[in-house]
Amino acid sequence: MIAAIVISLTLMMVDHRWNHLERVRSALSVVTYPLQYVVSLPFRTSDWLSERSSTREELFSDRERLQKENLELRARLQKFEALEAENVRLRGLLDSSFSIGDRVLVAELIAVDLDLFRQQVLINKGSRSGIYIGQPVLDANAVMGQVTHVTPNTATVLLITDAQHALPIQVNRNGLRTIAFGTGIIDRLELPQLPNNAEIEVGDLLVTSGFGGHFPAGYPVARVTEVRHEPGRPFATIFATPTAHLERTNEVLLVWQLDTTNSLEPQENTQEAEQ
Amino acid sequence: MSTGRNGTLAIAITLLLALMLEIMPLPDWLAPFQPQWLLLTLIYWCMATPNRVGIGIGWSCGILLDILKGALLGQHAIGLTIVAYFSLKLHQRTRVLPLPQQALTVLLLLLVERLISIWVIGAMGYPAPSLWYWAAPLVGMMLWPWIYVILRDVRRRFRVS
Repeated sequence: MIAAIVISLTLMMVDHRWNHLERVRSALSVVTYPLQYVVSLPFRTSDWLSERSSTREELFSDRERLQKENLELRARLQKFEALEAENVRLRGLLDSSFSIGDRVLVAELIAVDLDLFRQQVLINKGSRSGIYIGQPVLDANAVMGQVTHVTPNTATVLLITDAQHALPIQVNRNGLRTIAFGTGIIDRLELPQLPNNAEIEVGDLLVTSGFGGHFPAGYPVARVTEVRHEPGRPFATIFATPTAHLERTNEVLLVWQLDTTNSLEPQENTQEAEQ
Repeated sequence: MSTGRNGTLAIAITLLLALMLEIMPLPDWLAPFQPQWLLLTLIYWCMATPNRVGIGIGWSCGILLDILKGALLGQHAIGLTIVAYFSLKLHQRTRVLPLPQQALTVLLLLLVERLISIWVIGAMGYPAPSLWYWAAPLVGMMLWPWIYVILRDVRRRFRVS
């Protein structure tokens, strides 16, 4: 009894402070993966069935909508490509480094329930697909989080709203850099490190700054929802809501950076195209 | 000896089923009411067959649950270990009680696990969970009579002793 408690306590300490236990985790996932698979099976089947049983009209309207969307995106992409070429040329003139592009892989969420207190999700791609710890995860709209545990077939993603997650960001409008901390609430991020006179407004878009090296620069993260200046305090109280649909996504994108060097002037990065 | 092997299989399967129930996705509003399935099953086997299921099995199940849930390694293990220890200590007294009183004892054991768990969460620096956190043991208590009856039938069918 005492031995078991001591072992659990040491395990918790080691797991909390260092990463030595990753191998134990992925070894034991051989046992746990079938359980996760079986639990998610009914949900997968019902998804499949609803896909199969959709009517002809639904399919037609879906196709029409997607075609329209595709056309729109292509038009925007043309502009984007021209801008990217221009940006690369200008940066070449300035002799500053620039990440040329990112490789992307699509993964699906596995329908299992994880711990209530941590904001995390399980995805169906693992180290076999080349996923590594610390890898950025996006959805169609914005940054979702980063990979914290990898097993051969699955990976755990810590969302940006987890209370232990911090993300280097900047305000898209003026390039003001700071760090966004998770609060443990699914639709809320906190920016505790900006002084009272910082130039930030409700509605500002926050994008990744690429500092820290984990996340590529220029991906949207959140929108500021609340700015409070309290005269008695040195720092402003600022909250933001993630632009990613953290609660509702079924598919996520995993990103590999092809060039990991950080750019020095993040405010002049590629997001001009997104404005 | 063959009954013994049958029995082991039955215990293992019920524990695995409980593990699967633990990670069964529920709608958001229902999630806090998810009972501690694994703990309930473990308490039953500790009380019914104290010479076969105990601290060791409790700890191993806890580690598996930690990995399934993506929690800190040992977070659930420590709670399950301690509860297994208490149910072993209490099994002779609890076994003879009528079901409602048994359910109250089980409520205490379930609360002990939640208490240990909230301590670990606090020690890691997470914000304190809402009051719904304490709803799961109550749900577990109300489910106990059914779980007891089902597992007793399983035990009799496979002659686990």
